[in-house]
Amino acid sequence: MLSKRIIPCLDIKDGRTVKGVNFVGLRDAGDPVELAKLYAEEGADELVLLDITATHEKRKTVVELATKVAEQLNIPFTIGGGISSVEDAHAVLNAGADKISINSAAVKNPQLINELSEKFGSQCVVVAVDAKKINGQWFVHLNGGRIKTDLELFAWVQEAEKRGAGEILFTSMDHDGTKAGFADEALAKMNSLLNIPIIASGGAGNMEHIRNTFINGKSDAALAASIFHFKEISIPDLKKYLKDEGVNVRIV
Amino acid sequence: MKLVIINYGAGNTQSVKYAFQRLGVNPVLSNDVNEIFSADKVIFPGVGHAQAAMNELKAQGLEKFIPQLTQPVLGICLGMQLLCQFSEEGNTECLGIINETVKKFEPTLKVPHMGWNGTKAEQKNKVFNNKNEQLYFVHSYYVPVNQFTTEVCDYITPFSASIQKDNFYACQYHPEKSGKVGEQILKNFLAL
Repeated sequence: MLSKRIIPCLDIKDGRTVKGVNFVGLRDAGDPVELAKLYAEEGADELVLLDITATHEKRKTVVELATKVAEQLNIPFTIGGGISSVEDAHAVLNAGADKISINSAAVKNPQLINELSEKFGSQCVVVAVDAKKINGQWFVHLNGGRIKTDLELFAWVQEAEKRGAGEILFTSMDHDGTKAGFADEALAKMNSLLNIPIIASGGAGNMEHIRNTFINGKSDAALAASIFHFKEISIPDLKKYLKDEGVNVRIV
Repeated sequence: MKLVIINYGAGNTQSVKYAFQRLGVNPVLSNDVNEIFSADKVIFPGVGHAQAAMNELKAQGLEKFIPQLTQPVLGICLGMQLLCQFSEEGNTECLGIINETVKKFEPTLKVPHMGWNGTKAEQKNKVFNNKNEQLYFVHSYYVPVNQFTTEVCDYITPFSASIQKDNFYACQYHPEKSGKVGEQILKNFLAL
């Protein structure tokens, strides 16, 4: 049976791992390659690395990061941040990344999803979506949640799937940084609408939250950052707990 | 030992190269027939679309030579599918080393089959001696279970997780991305 995946997320700025609380107030949690290797040894199933460096040499820094991680890591990883063209994606995948994640670029130019999936296969195209619930309706937001769009979340993820997305990484802005659990209701609805895997993101505070997003949210994978970086939860303990709770996970 | 990774423009060559480098072997990436034939062992990787990959192999004059290799060959992911006769992906004629048709998953579960899944050994094998541990899969097409199947994985339908025919070894999962379990498979292949 296919395992539910645990995915630590590393936000990277200028070659160092950081994690924002609600995307503001960054803290330094170490060297990305060392941290990535440690997570792999502990039993992480996959990693997501988001490069939030904002420079004009963006592609170069992202490719350097992908290369360094690919050399050392023996599990799959996704690179996100600043990928806005087929050329960007090609450079990162060619460096050894398994998947690329696109967010704002996909909203601004949905055709990019088609182009990427046709060129590289949908299995390596992750469409990341940040959304917030406003008056009972979920709206897609851009630039780390700062800019609201008129795109309705569920319509957008269905469009993304149709255009060739291989996976959806859904972050609830309402839950991110709260450590109060994932947006399981929205995740379960999304799961009923899509036939591609969904990664839940935003809100992990304890092991039970992760169990809940697998069981109630029907999520295929759970992504978290600070709870792993600051060792609030260890991956071996988490996997053991999930297994005892009847969730199918990979134990290393 | 000379290890050559066939570099024909279809995906994950870097990841495969790095995985062998972590094991202390420095593979050569090449699409040169002489270089490939002179190797002690050959890796045949692949990611992407079957038809695009076969077109690349043909354009580079490799499609006739790969079936003639006599040293141990390890096909990975699409590399395994291309060893078959035919693929439903783009209705593509493949290399024909294994007389099977690569089929598309009926989407009764999510497709692609993406993530870690267990395999069951079908027969004893020097390379794929997996003890029901989990391996990393990413694919939408599969090789049906056949007489050459060495491990079976069950997702939507039981399918070949790995196969062996003579000197051709191949796996649907990515050993280069399957943690320590995958590393052991690569080591086993190097030890042949």
